[in-house]
Amino acid sequence: MEIVLQNLTMRFPSRDRKNKEEVVAVNDFTFTVPDGELIALLGPSGCGKSTTLNMISGLLKPTEGKIFFGKDEVTNLAPEHRGIGLVFQNYALYPHLTVRQNIQFPLENRKGKEKLSKEQMRKMVDEAAHLVQIDSLMDRRPAELSGGQQQRVAIARALVKQPRVLLLDEPLSNLDARLRLQTRDEIRRIQRETGITTIFVTHDQDEAMSISDRIVVMNEGVVQQTGKPQEVYDSPVNLFVAKFLGTPPINVFEGRLRDGWLYIGEDKVLKVSGAAAAGGSEDPKAFSGVAAHEKAGQGVLSDQDVWVGVRPESFLLREEGPFVCDLNRVEVMGRDISVLSRNRASVNPTVRSIISTESRVDTSSPTVRFALRPEKVFLFDKKTEERIGFTLQQGEQR
Amino acid sequence: MNMAKGRFDNLKGWLYLLPAILFLGAFLVYPLIDVFIYSFEEGYNFTSQTYYGVGLYNYSYVLHDPYFLQAVKNTFILVIITVPLSTGLALLISVALHSITRFRNLLQTIYFLPYVTNTLAVGLVFMILFKKTAYSDGMINLLINFFGGSSIDFIDGPYWAKMLVLCIYTIWVVMPFKILILTGALASVNEDYYKAARVDGTSKFRIFRKITLPMISPMIFYLVITGFIGAFKAYSDVVALFGTDLNAAEMNTIVGYVYDMLYGDSGGYPSYASAAAIILFVIILTITCINLLVSGRRAQR
Repeated sequence: MEIVLQNLTMRFPSRDRKNKEEVVAVNDFTFTVPDGELIALLGPSGCGKSTTLNMISGLLKPTEGKIFFGKDEVTNLAPEHRGIGLVFQNYALYPHLTVRQNIQFPLENRKGKEKLSKEQMRKMVDEAAHLVQIDSLMDRRPAELSGGQQQRVAIARALVKQPRVLLLDEPLSNLDARLRLQTRDEIRRIQRETGITTIFVTHDQDEAMSISDRIVVMNEGVVQQTGKPQEVYDSPVNLFVAKFLGTPPINVFEGRLRDGWLYIGEDKVLKVSGAAAAGGSEDPKAFSGVAAHEKAGQGVLSDQDVWVGVRPESFLLREEGPFVCDLNRVEVMGRDISVLSRNRASVNPTVRSIISTESRVDTSSPTVRFALRPEKVFLFDKKTEERIGFTLQQGEQR
Repeated sequence: MNMAKGRFDNLKGWLYLLPAILFLGAFLVYPLIDVFIYSFEEGYNFTSQTYYGVGLYNYSYVLHDPYFLQAVKNTFILVIITVPLSTGLALLISVALHSITRFRNLLQTIYFLPYVTNTLAVGLVFMILFKKTAYSDGMINLLINFFGGSSIDFIDGPYWAKMLVLCIYTIWVVMPFKILILTGALASVNEDYYKAARVDGTSKFRIFRKITLPMISPMIFYLVITGFIGAFKAYSDVVALFGTDLNAAEMNTIVGYVYDMLYGDSGGYPSYASAAAIILFVIILTITCINLLVSGRRAQR
């Protein structure tokens, strides 16, 4: 089932008596969820992602805009008629009912022609339970289950009525780290097996990147960027998206463009050429975000101050590298090495770079020199914080 | 070393408990035992501290005393009518209060007012509503007259009228506390349960029966048990409405009977009073045990 969101907007009346201005929770959200895909709504708390989910579920009515499930418009349809399964962050399992009774609860609501016989219900419940692998727990109560098992029961309860759409609201936040990894694979497996169009809300970019087909990054009610996880990571459209995706987070520096060169502090780090990347034909890797193309690319190369985003993996340890930082500490993490250093132009107190274990860092030296991989370095307008589409190249060292 | 410390900690624990144990022992446990002993001592006299013999005569006397039987009947009627009605009404009002947003706090305050009002003051208000005076037949009778009925004497009239007033009065007095407890219980049910149920197309009635009610059932049981105990111990309400000569008014309760036997007009029969008190104790104990058994079984299911 394809889900189409058209100019979806949600405004709440202000609670503040003095300031009557409305709160815009979601602003002009337009997006199409392709049939059978797993989509993550990603953003910091208060960005409107849960509000969006609640509008899709029907628990909230949008102020403006339309929602379509396939060809049917469901904007004004009550939640129970939309054919959705909803899973809550705290699972919302009824504590006084057993696992079987919990899963069966939605089926018992059917009346009239749709009314199911006990035998049919039993079969459907067993199927759903089998799908999430909780067959042996059917007679227990929620309090006797672990967090991960409760989550499975909640998913089974959402799936048992064979919904057209599965909605998950922060499904993993109440689990501990190990269980979270397991459960997210589990959600992916269940989604693949059922082929049901799924939307899940999360503030954890790791979670979103790892299991979703597509992510929607939101901030302050506005969609920032949509796309395949890797695409968005490789080509963020603005500073917010760049900072929000990636662990460890991107390093941000104050930089300047002067005479075709990018300067960070006094270091001449990369060569800059005009807005050539706009077409994306020369080097698609350097700049491939679809939405980014529309927003950026018109820039004419001129001398200006910029924000420079440098992914941790973009640093290359080079003795003659143009970028000089004060060495702080080296952390050996097993599969790679983190070099923590300082730079005056850095916005964050520490510059974190990840290099391969084959490299040797001279810890006796007070400084460390890097070259930067141009495809992992992004330039953003100093004022609008939008991405600037200049092409970066490693310059020849004199 | 460890043992010694453990013993010292134990001692400290007892030390902390000592004041409470002393006071409860002197003012609760000892009198209770004493009452039990009195109830078997025939013709005990306060002043001379003497009695004729030991036996079950006190119980036999009390159980054959028409005033006591009247009191037991009154108390049981009161309990059976007011406990379910007040709890049910309180539940209805709490659910209604919970489902509105405007004026909720104001209404909650209004519903809670009877709880902080003195019993006798409330009794006075009921007098104005129900009592016949030289000037009027009371507000309720004015209303009955308005709709073409004839006046009923609620305070000194037929038994059913008096019982009706007593029941209304009791329900009115005990309801605020129940509403307070139930609105609290309703508010503590997580919104997500309702959202989940709504998405699954659960009807409002089914949500109430299958989700709300089981979730707040511990509180309901608590209210029923305390309600039973409270209603069995009714006394001041009756005095507020019908004065102190309750036997003559046929409106005595068991506690009233005990009080009358101790200090009333007939004055000074502590043995009979003790026997009646023990009978009341046994009744309350039995009913509470049944309640606990029922609620325990429900919780297990």
